[in-house]
Amino acid sequence: MAHEPRTQTHNDERFGPPPNPQGRRLSAQEEAQLPHIIAKPRARYAWAAGIAISAFLEGLKRGKILGRKCVGCGRVLVPPRMFCERCFRPTDEWVELPGTGVVETFSVSYIDTDANRVEEPILVGTIALDGAPPHCGFMHYFGEVSPEELHIGMPVEPVWKPEGERVGSILDIRYFRPRGR
Amino acid sequence: MRDVAIVGVGCTPFRPLTPEVNWKELTFQAAVRAYEDAGIDPRRDVDSFITCAEDFWEGFSIFDEFTPDQLGAVLRPMHTVTGDGLLGLANAVMQIKTGLCDVVVVEAHSKISELLTFEHVVELAFDSVYEAPLSRERDVHPYYVAGLEMQLYLHETGTTEEQCAAVVVQDKQNALLNPLAPYGTRMSVDDVLGSPPLSDPLKRLEVAPRADGCVVLVLAAGEIAERLCEVPIYIEGIGWCSESPWIAARGAEALYAKRAAQMAYEQAGITNPLQQIDFAEVDDRFAFKLLQHVEALGLAHPGQAGKLLLDGMFSRDGELPVNPSGGCLGAGDLIEAGGLARALEVVLQLRGEAGARQLPDVETGVALSWRGVPHGTGAVAVFRRRS
Ligand SMILES: [Zn+2]
Repeated sequence: MAHEPRTQTHNDERFGPPPNPQGRRLSAQEEAQLPHIIAKPRARYAWAAGIAISAFLEGLKRGKILGRKCVGCGRVLVPPRMFCERCFRPTDEWVELPGTGVVETFSVSYIDTDANRVEEPILVGTIALDGAPPHCGFMHYFGEVSPEELHIGMPVEPVWKPEGERVGSILDIRYFRPRGR
Repeated sequence: MRDVAIVGVGCTPFRPLTPEVNWKELTFQAAVRAYEDAGIDPRRDVDSFITCAEDFWEGFSIFDEFTPDQLGAVLRPMHTVTGDGLLGLANAVMQIKTGLCDVVVVEAHSKISELLTFEHVVELAFDSVYEAPLSRERDVHPYYVAGLEMQLYLHETGTTEEQCAAVVVQDKQNALLNPLAPYGTRMSVDDVLGSPPLSDPLKRLEVAPRADGCVVLVLAAGEIAERLCEVPIYIEGIGWCSESPWIAARGAEALYAKRAAQMAYEQAGITNPLQQIDFAEVDDRFAFKLLQHVEALGLAHPGQAGKLLLDGMFSRDGELPVNPSGGCLGAGDLIEAGGLARALEVVLQLRGEAGARQLPDVETGVALSWRGVPHGTGAVAVFRRRS
């Protein structure tokens, strides 16, 4: 009564199958037996970054992290917004932040988008930047640090791309590393 | 059940391109104006927020989650209606009528200039295994669906191409008096008839150009509305209806609109629309749709709207003005914000705040929305200024 397994998984002896086991391609014969339509949606967009994020990205190009201050609640919003979602009022002024901060939370990711195991784990997390309140929404990678070392509350600093390589993108910062490394 | 009235309106001007702001900043601008108009603080006075949006227009999946910040709705009841703004308005009306909420905000926007492959996204709305392959095989522009409908409408009703072209002329002329409308101009029926055919009998100038913009409406229960503002505009009835999605199964009479109107009229006590309604704002993404929709509203007998339009009945100084705002042809195709743009004009007219295009002595107005090709969904709302 043994059935052929319907899926093949990239089992890793240490960790077991990834959360989304990969299927196998149908054979040409099987595919021909299944009436189906294959279509590739053509949906392309060009989103305006908007007033606040445009200035933020320009700042990154110059090696600066810019936030917007709301005098209503006293928070500095980074990434910046032209309005404060808590007070529902326009934000008031641009503030340059030193770039340093502490790790708020992090995850060590061992799988890529297709749930394949990656060679080097990817360290992602959120950062409370100095000068901005906690849980403001600043997210990035971590580098020059092992998964074992990385911890909540760890002081970190940005590692910038060289000036000539910066294009006005959040990736103008390569990653954050432990401060003073 | 409780009465429901509009107590605040806000919008941004409708424009072909809005690269200077992102959609959140655009929405914030409209929301600030609506709250100012209503004299309310969204962080304190609003019980529920509704956005009307569709993921593919926005380019985000699960767009619902992106809606609170720019409306002042963070950590408040908020949901998204995947459809035209009048469908969101219907949800707001129900929330108030049932007593669940006292004050509700409805928002819809278009940032359609940011979608680079509009036609392909429309094609994705076709049945994927039957209709879409027929479109793709010869790469035919999806607006052929409007051509099909127009052909049948002309054939069954005897409406002429000249009458359809006259819709464009009237709309674009009305739009000249509407500072919100970007597509106002003076042109002739011959200009329209001479514009290149797109999907015959549909011509280039009979298609509403798209626009970006945002409309926000604030609704309140009757007793609160009377406290909040001098001229609350009551929503006396609201109806909505969807046809089967099979494109080839549609008739010539916009049944979705007819049924939606019946539903709204029943609630509003409208038995003789021609006598009880003073003006209308209807979706006219394609010129013939204005005529078809006016007939579906019972404001003209089937096949008579075109003739009556030429006679001047639906012009600004006519017996029953239609689209004093300029409609979609003059104010732009605002995608899911189309219905709220129609409702906005009705409210402004009933308040007496329509400026140079103000209609005299209007008390009852009706707004009709349609979701556009290839959809068969419409909604109708009846608004009244109570004396
Ligand atoms: Zn604030």
